[in-house]
Amino acid sequence: MTAISLGTPGMPGGPEVTSTTVTVTVDGHEVEVPVGATILEAAQKANRRIPTLCHHPDLPDVGVCRICVVEVAGQRALQASCAYPITTPIEIRTYSRRVRQARQTIVDLMLAEHCGSCQTCGRNGNCELQDLAEEYGSDHFRFGQRTEPTRLFDLVGPAIRRDMNKCVHCLRCIRTCASLQGVGALGVIGRGDSTTMSPYLTLPISEVGCISCGQCINRCPTGALQEVDDTDAVWHAIEDPTKHVVIQTAPAPRAAMGEEFGMPPGTPVTWQLNSALREIGFDKVFDTNFSADLTIIEEGTELLVRLYDNLVRGDHSTPVPMFTSCSPGWITFIEHQYPQLLPHLSTCKSPQQMFGALIKTWYAERAGVDPADVVSVSLMPCTAKKFEAQRPEMNASGFQDVDVSLTTRELARMIRETGIHLSEMPDSDFDDPFGTASGSGVIFGATGGVMEAALRTVIELVTPRKVEDLFAHADITAVRGFEETRYAEFTFPEDIGPVPGLLRDLVPSWDWLGGVTLKLAVVHGTANARRVLDDVLAGGRFSECHFIEFMACPGGCLGGGGQPIPTSLEIRRARAQAIYGEDARYGETGRVRKSHENPAVLRLYSEFLTEGPNGDTSHHLLHTSYTPRGTWIAATPESGRSAR
Amino acid sequence: MSVPADVLATHGDLVAAIDELVARYGDDRAALIPILQELRQQRRQISDVAMQVVADRLGIPPVDVQGVVTFYHFLDTRPTGTHVLHLCRTISCAMAGMGAIRERLENELGIAFGETTPDGLFTLEWANCIGMCDTPPAMLHNRQALPRVTPDAASELVARLLQEAFAVADGAGADGEGADGVGGDGAAAWPDGVGRPGG
Repeated sequence: MTAISLGTPGMPGGPEVTSTTVTVTVDGHEVEVPVGATILEAAQKANRRIPTLCHHPDLPDVGVCRICVVEVAGQRALQASCAYPITTPIEIRTYSRRVRQARQTIVDLMLAEHCGSCQTCGRNGNCELQDLAEEYGSDHFRFGQRTEPTRLFDLVGPAIRRDMNKCVHCLRCIRTCASLQGVGALGVIGRGDSTTMSPYLTLPISEVGCISCGQCINRCPTGALQEVDDTDAVWHAIEDPTKHVVIQTAPAPRAAMGEEFGMPPGTPVTWQLNSALREIGFDKVFDTNFSADLTIIEEGTELLVRLYDNLVRGDHSTPVPMFTSCSPGWITFIEHQYPQLLPHLSTCKSPQQMFGALIKTWYAERAGVDPADVVSVSLMPCTAKKFEAQRPEMNASGFQDVDVSLTTRELARMIRETGIHLSEMPDSDFDDPFGTASGSGVIFGATGGVMEAALRTVIELVTPRKVEDLFAHADITAVRGFEETRYAEFTFPEDIGPVPGLLRDLVPSWDWLGGVTLKLAVVHGTANARRVLDDVLAGGRFSECHFIEFMACPGGCLGGGGQPIPTSLEIRRARAQAIYGEDARYGETGRVRKSHENPAVLRLYSEFLTEGPNGDTSHHLLHTSYTPRGTWIAATPESGRSAR
Repeated sequence: MSVPADVLATHGDLVAAIDELVARYGDDRAALIPILQELRQQRRQISDVAMQVVADRLGIPPVDVQGVVTFYHFLDTRPTGTHVLHLCRTISCAMAGMGAIRERLENELGIAFGETTPDGLFTLEWANCIGMCDTPPAMLHNRQALPRVTPDAASELVARLLQEAFAVADGAGADGEGADGVGGDGAAAWPDGVGRPGG
């Protein structure tokens, strides 16, 4: 494509737009890119790497850090390649002396502002500023160095810690919080050299409506944002002989942990991880998917009862659409931003908290250990789970149900400290009495997974058919994928089966479901959740849904704020493949793939939760209630902050 | 409507003022700066409650409002005096005698630049070029530009404003006869018996 002309079409005398691509010469190599592509994208196409810092593939570009500057022939100033849309044929030079010197200066200027030593930083070895300093040969602090911290440390909240001395003002956290997550807990405060990335009135971030999703941590190029490190508490428990230390592992960390040990994204390490955890000293290793299966039974039942109430009995006290409740970041989001919609939330606890309540009750009793001596740890992809574990209402067992929630990154640090080679560990299974869960539990880790798992179970509870008769291999692909929101419909066949015994007290018959079309939606990322909730409030298409799955993080749990850094759509896709692959292998190896077939779950209902799903014991241990929080911030005495 | 009832009860007039501005300028993000400018003019402060109510009405996070307030020199979260004197310190004004005016103002009022007199009457602030390089040294009294200021003219301005404030506080009825007609009315609340600043 060579004929390029630009202008307003139809303008008198103006040239016609004849092309949608444009030729760019990158260091002498010609490449063709769509009009509007950035120089950075053109360079990538020319297989030329331009260093970036403020650019992130998940975020809108702002071009503030300037590290990606290049020379554009005919232009006096260097241009930020991430924020330069190409509209005419241009010639660029990506590594001329002028460019390299500019980048060196930019790196050295950033180092002058960056206070904190690499050796004592949680991001040592995985820091984009460190990489740039190496790449541009910074060998001394040309513009000086801050040796004393001058900015605030925020160590207040349960999930996220901020050290603004390490901040390089790339604005990634702010763009993540505002654009990707639609929360707006962080902003740019001040001007010039007093500029800081800060919550409202420099309050601790935990006090300004932050949902603890941790997406900002995953996108911070330095150690300015990190998770609260709880590994010490776990080591202490392991080293205490009087403590019975158990860990539950969620599916998403197992699909990503390998990345911390140099494996490519999408390498599942579930079974080696079990062995490594026992080697570290955990007394029992449980599969969170057990309680994911339990969630499906409880939540699927709740959905059917809600549908019966709303569609048959005309009782709208628990309204539809019902919203899922397994993502603690999403829960905090709706509590703050849409408290008026809380009745739509399923009352089911998240799998982490269901498991926590069972470990210190049913398990402790069976295992003959005093629940006071049980230290219940969870491996989660999630920083919001730390907040969730510390919610005051999460003590159904009489104790804090989950004592410590570790992120993927924290557990990776623990494993590294032991010198264990994860990839060389033998495979081993999860411990009884919870055993290995179903494939439906595994897919909880991906956006759409809860919906698919719930459908598999609801279909078989309601109809005499097998899911496989309706969907090849029981893969309900309509709800899979990474689109911002997915809408799907499922029509029940006319032949409806009898109500299973355990549910007969709740719903007398399924007849009313024959031929009924369920309207379903799947949403991930709280900015998308905001759009859907606004639509629900406005009476739009989503208000007609019966069931909507919400996950706080892009991609679902596999893109969680506690997962290995970096993150991108490609990495999240690879992790999703690992998760769906594990589910498929369950089928190939004869393990169950549907929550209601999980033998350990069935045993739990026959031995312990004998009133059945949504029964009294279930309600006490496995269900919860929510707190309307609103967006008002009690920041000063004037706005309602009580004196300390 | 996420403003708690007790805050609404104690700050009803502020909320009403903001709602009036929102009705005038709109409830989208583009209305933010005009609303803040007007609020600052009316109430001499953009408080925590004001920022949160504005954020709520425009549907944006409070931190975004604070970001704008702290970015612009002429907006501020701190309360200012009834009379804000912005002295230009850029090169034309500096060369034309800005320093002497600075000294006079600081001596007259007993405060440094960036400070407000304890009686809440005067605030001294720097400005970086107010576009009056042809008539230096220049100063702003609230929104009114004052060209070719001399130290004596600065003293006279302060004396006149003080006189007006005393007159209003004593109930002598000289209401709002300020030469510039801007911001004089706020002094009505100035109490008796407060020591005259700088004197």
